[in-house]
Amino acid sequence: MADDVALAPPSPARALWADFAVNRGAVLGLAVLCTILIIAAFADVIALHDPMIQFREHVLQPPVWAAGGSWEFPLGTDDVGRDLMARIVHGARFSLFIGFSVVVVSLAVGVCLGLASAFMGGLVDTLISRVMDLIMSVPSLVLAIVVIAIIGPSLANTIVAVTVVYMPRYVRIVRATAQAELAKDYVTASRACGVGPFRLAFVTVLPNCLAPLIVQAALGISDAILEAAALGFLGLGAQPPTPEWGAMLSSAREFIQRAPHVVTLPGLAILITVVSINLMGDGLRDALDPKLKRS
Amino acid sequence: MLAFVLRRIALTVPTLFALSFLTFVAIRLVPGDPIEVRRGERGISPERLEFFRHELGLDQPVWKQFLDYIWGLMHGDFGVSIISQDSVLREFLTLFPATLELSLFAMLFAVVFGVPFGVLAAVKRGSVFDHGLMGVALFGYSMPVFWWGLLLVLFFSVTLDLTPVSGRIDLLYYFEPVTGFMTVDSLLSGQEGAFSSALSHLVLPAIVLGTIPLAAIARMTRSSMLEVLEEDYVRTARAKGLSPFRVIGLHALRNALIPVVTTIGLQGGTMLAGAVLTETIFAWPGVGKWLIESIFRRDYPALQGGVLLISTLLVLVNMTVDILNAVINPRIRHGR
Amino acid sequence: MKRTLTTGAATLLAMLALGATALQAKTLVYCSEGSPENFTPALNTTGTSFDAARPVFNQLVEFERGSTNVVPGLAEKWDISADGLTVTFHLRKGVKFHTGVNGFKPTRDFNADDVLFSFNRQWKDDNPYHKISGGAYDYFSDMDMPKLLKSVEKVDDYTVKMVLTEPNVTIMANLAMDFMTIQSAEYADYLLKKGTPEQFDQIPVGTGPFSFVAYQKDAVIRYKAFAPYWGGKSKFDDLVYAITGDATSRYAKLKKGECNVMFGPNPADLEAIGKDTSLKLMSQPGLNIAYWAFNLEKPPFDKKEVRQAFAMAIDKAAIIKDVFQGAGQAAKNLIPPTIWSYNDKIVDYPYDPAKAKKMLEDAGVKLPLDVDLWYMPKQRPYNPNGKRIGEMMQADLAKVGVNAKLVTYEWGEYRKRMQQGEHMTGQLGWTGDNGDPDNFFFLLGCSAARPGGQNLSKWCDKGFDDRLNEAKKLTDKAARTKLYEEMQQIAHDEMPTYYIAHSVVFEATTKNVVGYKISPFGRHEFYGVEIQ
Repeated sequence: MADDVALAPPSPARALWADFAVNRGAVLGLAVLCTILIIAAFADVIALHDPMIQFREHVLQPPVWAAGGSWEFPLGTDDVGRDLMARIVHGARFSLFIGFSVVVVSLAVGVCLGLASAFMGGLVDTLISRVMDLIMSVPSLVLAIVVIAIIGPSLANTIVAVTVVYMPRYVRIVRATAQAELAKDYVTASRACGVGPFRLAFVTVLPNCLAPLIVQAALGISDAILEAAALGFLGLGAQPPTPEWGAMLSSAREFIQRAPHVVTLPGLAILITVVSINLMGDGLRDALDPKLKRS
Repeated sequence: MLAFVLRRIALTVPTLFALSFLTFVAIRLVPGDPIEVRRGERGISPERLEFFRHELGLDQPVWKQFLDYIWGLMHGDFGVSIISQDSVLREFLTLFPATLELSLFAMLFAVVFGVPFGVLAAVKRGSVFDHGLMGVALFGYSMPVFWWGLLLVLFFSVTLDLTPVSGRIDLLYYFEPVTGFMTVDSLLSGQEGAFSSALSHLVLPAIVLGTIPLAAIARMTRSSMLEVLEEDYVRTARAKGLSPFRVIGLHALRNALIPVVTTIGLQGGTMLAGAVLTETIFAWPGVGKWLIESIFRRDYPALQGGVLLISTLLVLVNMTVDILNAVINPRIRHGR
Repeated sequence: MKRTLTTGAATLLAMLALGATALQAKTLVYCSEGSPENFTPALNTTGTSFDAARPVFNQLVEFERGSTNVVPGLAEKWDISADGLTVTFHLRKGVKFHTGVNGFKPTRDFNADDVLFSFNRQWKDDNPYHKISGGAYDYFSDMDMPKLLKSVEKVDDYTVKMVLTEPNVTIMANLAMDFMTIQSAEYADYLLKKGTPEQFDQIPVGTGPFSFVAYQKDAVIRYKAFAPYWGGKSKFDDLVYAITGDATSRYAKLKKGECNVMFGPNPADLEAIGKDTSLKLMSQPGLNIAYWAFNLEKPPFDKKEVRQAFAMAIDKAAIIKDVFQGAGQAAKNLIPPTIWSYNDKIVDYPYDPAKAKKMLEDAGVKLPLDVDLWYMPKQRPYNPNGKRIGEMMQADLAKVGVNAKLVTYEWGEYRKRMQQGEHMTGQLGWTGDNGDPDNFFFLLGCSAARPGGQNLSKWCDKGFDDRLNEAKKLTDKAARTKLYEEMQQIAHDEMPTYYIAHSVVFEATTKNVVGYKISPFGRHEFYGVEIQ
């Protein structure tokens, strides 16, 4: 990954798309992800019911394809009679929101810390690198749980906890690529022309570090979604009645034998989302990183 | 070489110190009073609370508490659990073999299936087989572990009645732990059927914990193998008319495995995190479940000591992987 | 690789064959729900820990298995003086302590010294064991024992005289509770000499029907039948507690015969258990209440009409059906109907959202009203799922224009904050200890309404409180009954607390377990049970 010599300057979007489109799996992943995004955006229109309304006569009703199901609740209802389809569709919002927020925040913080580390060097570099090492030395879920224990469980805090866990990756990548770039002639040239350090960092160097960062960010969304779902499963994520997939799955766990759909369907939603993001991320990596292209 | 190893070891010392500081601070940031757990469901007198506070040293200034803690750590004292009144280190050591056994079997599962699948996919590159395998690997890689565990239990234990639901061994068997590894202890006990019982309890948890590493290893093996197959020496070997089996088995695989070994090492860390969920689902009495329960029981000393011990372990594993890497690949140790 | 597969298949077959012969030994496996804190009941407050210690120990007097009756235990009989102040216990002779546990060989039978030791450890600061293992004797102080006891003296080896400071109607029931377990004074001395007194609470030695064998944290506790037990040897040989935290796993284990008795089945599984011919499902109304307290210190809950309106806004029947899954009975009083003095004349508030909304408006409440609703973070015998009840209440309240925000904390923190009165409305519950109505009604008394007290409504009603205090002093049951009935009417009218349900306690065993009885106190007792 550090083999940046082969990295062309940022290619036009069309060239990137051409590289990306070669990979049919990646295109499929992107298509599925777009579908999920659309579903999330239009959740209110797509869902037949309000995800919070409890239909007390229809508790744990099976999905339409099973005996006892009906089109009124296509995916059945949950343990207090809420429409499962509405909850899953709305849940897409939360999961994607968590995934994207974590990545955006980690990227922002990661870029700043990583550039600071690479440009300032010395004590700042040592300090930042050591702290990141430290964070990475605690198993991710354990760290997330400790953070939640400190700040309390909620949707917003889930984002904080997962960000804390995943941010060091971005710092490391930015630092490593920026350091490699710093040694190159164009940087020296810019410096000689009197470009200020701030401009040098963000305008000159950063764009050339983007490729690995984009790949990491794409794959990071799926990691964040999984981690947040795991927290939800342990009851430490989004609080009821928020239709977060992990939490939905966990609160219905006791019905796994009587009404398996309440456990299988939210899990399936997580899986499909994560798979599509990973497919797309893989394609993006192949397209951006010529070394691994078409392998 | 020796210098590199020493430098690498020396690097971990400040990390470990910082780690103990971090856990100490983090645990004190958790809102609420650790003494509260002693309150029980029926309340407790204020004098009693004061007594406990004093006993645990919580009436001391924070810096004094930290020094006491570090002093204790240097003497191998990780504190005493508020709930069980037992030494945290002893609790950890009795539970750790269970986690280790589970992780080893999970890794075994991941390697035994992951490497051959990766090789096959690389050799039959572009075939239906390759696409199928990599598709499956992608799903494995993206699996929400807790959900996967529940599904497997539902299918294999409840519906098909093939495997036990939870625990480490059938309770009929009883023997004192010698190694802490149920599979080994059951053989040592000489009790008929004990080993197969221990093994059958391991199957599902090991599969669940091993799924993500398996997918990662298969993917890594495939891409590493593809790279190697392009190399000149492999082409030469082919050209010499060696059988494809020999080419792949002897020449390509050996070189392709280097990055795979690194992946295995890295996955070891992921496993410790995954073990928390797997152990929770299968009521596996290991350190992951213990940590989670310590949080829910608000057993702060156990949490503090447990996080520190697990992280220390991870630091040591990473150090070992680094050193091994340097041994295999001399470029690294000069690169640093 | 092929070899591995065949061996794997062979092990699988061997395993299946083994499963068939699994339970031929006389072992009773109980799937319990958690790890005990230790094995000295005086130190503990949780049913889990009490259950773990119970096979090993006896009390002076005991609750008859499956009932609230007090029967002789280590005290064969007792006399109470006419003024009710002196109780003389005549101890059972020839009672043996377990031998060989932790290297301890008792040299004498059980006698008065053991009784004195068991009192003094909890009572006297100078007892060498008073401060061991954290030394919190919550029940002892909670049941007012230090205030109630004047002296406990040894008359001779088999006679103990207990003098009280005032007559107390519930003292015998108190002594039958777990915290008054009798432990071995000789074992205590033995460990003190060895320098390991903390083992006293980890490796228990008692007079009970089973002796302790081993405990692996979060996994298993093992006991074996004690042949010289004074009540006769247990009808099965080994007792095993398989610690299985998750109710779904416990049920699966029971179904596969991996355990014989299971703790607390999920309400969701009850129907399936009932239909399963290889299992037995038993039930009994629980001695408990799940309630939802309105904090009178937080407006608008200082208004009676608001509290009544909230009571009418909740669809209690739906909660009973969907959360308790039928394993509960809608509550209209604080005490369950199985306790004497239950006032059956009370008519519960009807479910009437329209009227509730109107009452809120009439009371001058501006709708929509924002309140918080605290739900219990964990399952208790009286409340199978606080979160689900919270979600249902939230939906019901939305219909009358109330936005309820769900709030919860870690269990210890949750109770502490509620006792401090930080909530607006919140769920909790209570399980009776001794079957006396006072053990429930004190929850609404004025002395418990102080910050940190157990009265979560912070409600102090003079009419209610005067009757509460008067009833405590009376010995005449009819007079007490009258007072308690009036109190129930007051509490109904004032509605400081919304009563949700009394749960029905369910337990499931395999078919071959004979003679198992559900305890009204939520205990799990296995002596006297048979396996066929």
